[in-house]
Amino acid sequence: MAQMIRLLSGNEALALGAYHAGVEVATAYPGTPSTEILEAIARFGDIYAEWSTNEKVAMEVALGAAYAGARSLVSMKHVGLNVASDPFMAASMTGVSAGMVVISADDPGIHSSQNEQDNRHYARLAKVPMLEPSDSQEAYDFIANAFDTSERFDTPVLVRSTTRISHSKSLVKPKEKRTLPSRKSPFRCQVEKYVMVPAYARLRHKSVEERLVELASYADNFPLNKVTWGSRRLGVVTSGAAYQYAREVFPTASFLKLAMVYPLPENLIRHFAAQVKRLVVIEELDPFLEESIRALGIKIIGKEFIPRIGELNPEIIEEKSRSIGLLGNTPLRQRVELPPQLPKRHPRLCPGCPHTGILFVLSSIGQRTKTAKSEVRATEELGLIITGDIGCYTLGAYPPLSAMDTCACMGASIGQAIGIAKTSPASKVVAVIGDSTFLHSGVTPLLDAVYNQGEITVIILDNRTTAMTGHQDHPGTGVSAQGKETKAIQIEDLVRGMGISEVRVIDAFEIKKLRSALKDSLSSPDLSVIIVRGACSVRLPRHSEPMGIDTKKCNQCGVCLMLGCPALQSKGGQVYIDATLCVGDACAICRQICARQAIALQSEIGAIKS
Amino acid sequence: MKKLDLLITGVGGQGVILASNIISEAALAAGYDIKKTDTLGMAQRGGSVLSHVRIGRQVYSPLIKEGDVDIMLALEKLEAARWSHYLRAGAIAIVNNHTLPPPSVSLGNEQYPTDTAITELLKRRSGYVYFINATSRARELGNARTFNVFLLGCISPFTPFRISVWKGAIARCVPAKVEKLNHAAFDEGRKEIRGIRLRQGSM
Repeated sequence: MAQMIRLLSGNEALALGAYHAGVEVATAYPGTPSTEILEAIARFGDIYAEWSTNEKVAMEVALGAAYAGARSLVSMKHVGLNVASDPFMAASMTGVSAGMVVISADDPGIHSSQNEQDNRHYARLAKVPMLEPSDSQEAYDFIANAFDTSERFDTPVLVRSTTRISHSKSLVKPKEKRTLPSRKSPFRCQVEKYVMVPAYARLRHKSVEERLVELASYADNFPLNKVTWGSRRLGVVTSGAAYQYAREVFPTASFLKLAMVYPLPENLIRHFAAQVKRLVVIEELDPFLEESIRALGIKIIGKEFIPRIGELNPEIIEEKSRSIGLLGNTPLRQRVELPPQLPKRHPRLCPGCPHTGILFVLSSIGQRTKTAKSEVRATEELGLIITGDIGCYTLGAYPPLSAMDTCACMGASIGQAIGIAKTSPASKVVAVIGDSTFLHSGVTPLLDAVYNQGEITVIILDNRTTAMTGHQDHPGTGVSAQGKETKAIQIEDLVRGMGISEVRVIDAFEIKKLRSALKDSLSSPDLSVIIVRGACSVRLPRHSEPMGIDTKKCNQCGVCLMLGCPALQSKGGQVYIDATLCVGDACAICRQICARQAIALQSEIGAIKS
Repeated sequence: MKKLDLLITGVGGQGVILASNIISEAALAAGYDIKKTDTLGMAQRGGSVLSHVRIGRQVYSPLIKEGDVDIMLALEKLEAARWSHYLRAGAIAIVNNHTLPPPSVSLGNEQYPTDTAITELLKRRSGYVYFINATSRARELGNARTFNVFLLGCISPFTPFRISVWKGAIARCVPAKVEKLNHAAFDEGRKEIRGIRLRQGSM
């Protein structure tokens, strides 16, 4: 039978590669652009896959599995590795038994993250090898190699993807089937290896340094690093997505394409550099390769012309290369100007979103409306400060809601709120956090608020899913990553169990109740929690009859437009509801806030139009 | 065919990704090398969505260079204008004659560009700009949501894939119960563009 060629995303290829390489345990916490790796691998019934509570736990579960002789895979977005960095550093120290591969999916260009940190630095920090594929075929192939390298050198292996690799589809020729490695012995007691008390840790540090020396010599003969000879006038050192762009811009140059970006193949680089007249490095984000190559005493240029901010693309490389004369006399491509300023389409909360109501209440409560204009908010002391977190609700920071003053990282809202409250006695402080984020890393800061008497209100937006990354399950949903029924954590029980007595659970679509719960909580001197519960509208089975606007009653006050609901639009001064978007009675928030009762179901106002 | 670079643009929820998946599946079945990449940002619903599909003998970059797009398929007019600078000279632009105003327009803070302005932007590079009433035509055919497949019918004569290859790709990408509906939308789209081009005398 001929090999079947498949069109796979980088993430699907990573998952299939790991499966065929005999992975037995896969763990992750969802995060763009890494989410689909676990989603794809969880579909295989003959492995164990879990959505872990957070990346730290995911790393620990994978490490435990590797200790116990099962090949394990843990995947996360770049900032997830910050959360998991503690056990990750420990994994480098203890090593593994069976192979353990850690996938970090970085996000150059900040498509959907809070920063664009370059996680190649983690390889150097933890002294572990890092592989970087440049398309789906390589994603598939490199994973198998990563498991072998992990076992051969007794180390976790990092595989770095980026948004462009994870979310691009290209052709993959997979193997026919899964091969299980000869299963290693079960967990064996090796105190000096697995128990990192100082005496043993000092010994392990020595092993790590020795391992790194071995890895560096292995890198020089690493079969996946590739030299492609073209014209010797220009040599390009590159890896990952940047390689693909550079190949297009320099079709005739010589290339050293690195599959292993740490440690570097020093002799190979020296050899390549000696063969070419001019040597450049083209890499996304930091001068990671460049600095190491320069440290070898090799003359190379990189960030002098390639930007260190944002995602690269062929245009940028072409333009910057031309500016330093690398493209010689090749004809300039014809270009037209960018279109003039066109209306932007910021991402926004969906029609029927259970976050809209509470964010509207927060934005329109007395202490906020006085400072509704951004220039006023920037200069005056706020009566109500809202610390935000990571999730769909972060979109509430945009106008017209403007109901979020901070967003740093997963779980930060509560700790930040405590700090602000301790220093701003004149202001009320509210932390807003989603259910999945709360369970990920909001529980410990809430314990801090209990212990240290933080006078704050914590609003937990409970839509019973991890919505922003595409509806993954979490400890509060009662369903596992592989669709099995399991125990569901009740957030109100958990919060009450911490000793918080002021806990309110409110329906996300009841504006009056939300407003009075918020007022009660804000007027209390104690720590209070409001759980706002309502299902994500994207998961509603089918929309009911949409709302409409009775134009005879509507006085164009525009308050409903302040919800920022995509279904509410206006044309020629008249507000109207897009019937294809409105979810009707499942939400009805606009109906509740209209002072003129001008909004009702279309049949009630007889305004049937499509 | 040396290479074919297609840019599919639209708004989150319209079916940009489905359209580009179908094109890629067709290219796979026809034996080409393919790279396809989607730019979604945080858009679950309502944000700008852009999909690059590159087909050829060997494709390196998944991203198309500005000024290299051979075929643009725009599911919304403003999104056609936004990426007009990506068209190459003489490219084909198939644009759904449909408006989805962004919130800044609904709130009166920004102006939606006029049809004339959008046409002028697209025609800077291409004489072959076609506005198609795909949303309303698909509704007449029984399901407005199939408008993206209707538009695939419109671009199909400009691609090297046989109709059977297109139909197979559609069947692999849509749920079985709406396969017939989508095949009908594709056929009607193909007829539609033929009719327009015959009337213009350009076929």
